[in-house]
This record gives sequence, structure tokens and C-alpha cells, in this order.
Amino acid sequence: MISDEIYDLLEPIIKTYLPEDVSAIDINRSSDLTRELNINSAHLVDIVLDIEDKFNIEFKNEDMEKLRNVNDAILLIQQKIAK
Amino acid sequence: MNLEYQTILAQLPYSEPFLFVDELLSVSEEGVKGVYTFRSDAFFYEGHFKDNPVTPGVILTECMAQIGLVCLGIYLLEKEDLPKDASFALSSTEIDFYLPVFPNEKVMVISEKIYFRFKKLKCKVKMINSKEELIAKGVVSGMIIH
Repeated sequence: MISDEIYDLLEPIIKTYLPEDVSAIDINRSSDLTRELNINSAHLVDIVLDIEDKFNIEFKNEDMEKLRNVNDAILLIQQKIAK
Repeated sequence: MNLEYQTILAQLPYSEPFLFVDELLSVSEEGVKGVYTFRSDAFFYEGHFKDNPVTPGVILTECMAQIGLVCLGIYLLEKEDLPKDASFALSSTEIDFYLPVFPNEKVMVISEKIYFRFKKLKCKVKMINSKEELIAKGVVSGMIIH
């Protein structure tokens, strides 16, 4: 799956967990999920669980540590789909 | 109460007047059951309500979170061999209330794990009174922070 396709599936998942003071327009590939999009750590877990369901993959604890921005998520998803 | 349950209670990060767990009846990886009796001299009855003491909903929520999330969280941390010096943060609650709780009432909290992943624990909780009537039910989640 190319990264644009992943992005299109990922964006609505992230949108669900955006706080009210952050607009969906602010989401881009370099958006830091917690610092810029203001997603709290509990909702970051929700995003990962939704990603797992959507792409039928499984995240590990160490993957969580690598997950900072939207691009990190896309790369992790790509690596896992390829396996 | 068996030693394992006593050990869990000893690790709770609360003390009077904000400890709302008396005893655990059962704990497993799937859930927890515990009881608490609201003492009539608790600080909040003085103002909630004026001349009409009723346990505040936030205190019932706190009781459900202490038994349903934190006691279970401590147990799960031990099972997974994670560091025990963790702290807990409530991240979300969605509770419906059905009956009031008056001073000296004993309640039971029953919590079922929905998931425990990436240090987030999400549980279905309910509180019942001594007549087994439903006081409150809902979903609570919290993060374990190292």
C-alpha cells in the first residue's frame, strides 16, 4: 500500500480523537500527534487500536515509542503490512 | 481477605479522607470486585447537600475508579512484571447513575477489563448496593505512568 492510501485511511482515525481546539485542517504528515495535535496519551492508544483494526496489524510497546508524528505512523503501518 | 489482596490495597496511592476501598473480594486478569462503606462522618456530607447528606456522584465515580481501575491496574502490573512505582491517571469516565447512596451504605464495585494495552486500562464498571440494586454503571479508563 502506498503512503498516500495509508494517509487517507489514517486521517479519519486521527480526526476522531482531535480535541475541539484543533481543526482537522491542521493534520499533515509532519504533525506531532501529542505536541501539535494535542492528542492525550490515552487517545493515542485509541488511535493505535483503531489502526490495528483498520489495517489488521499489531503494534508492540516499542512501536509506541517510535510513534511521534503522522509520518511515523505511516512508516510503521507500511512495515507491518509488508511482513 | 487473602494476602495477595492485602498487598494490592497496601500499594494504593490514596489515604484518608480520599481512600474509597475497604476490601477486595476477587481479582483476576479479567476484572475485580471490591466493597466500600461510606462512613457517615465523611467530609463531603457536610456540604452535599445542605442538611441532606447524599454521596456525590464524583465520589461514587472515584470509588469505581479506585477499585475498578487502580486495584486492577496494580494487579496487572504485577502479572506483567512492570515497575511497581507507577502512578495512575484517570483519562476518561462515562457513568450513568440510577440510585443515590446515603451515609453508612455499603457498595460493591464490579469491574470487567475491556482491554489493557500500552499502559491504558479500560474497564466496564458497575456499582450495586446491599440489595443488589444498580447504583451506577459505565466505562472508565486510565493510564499507568512510569
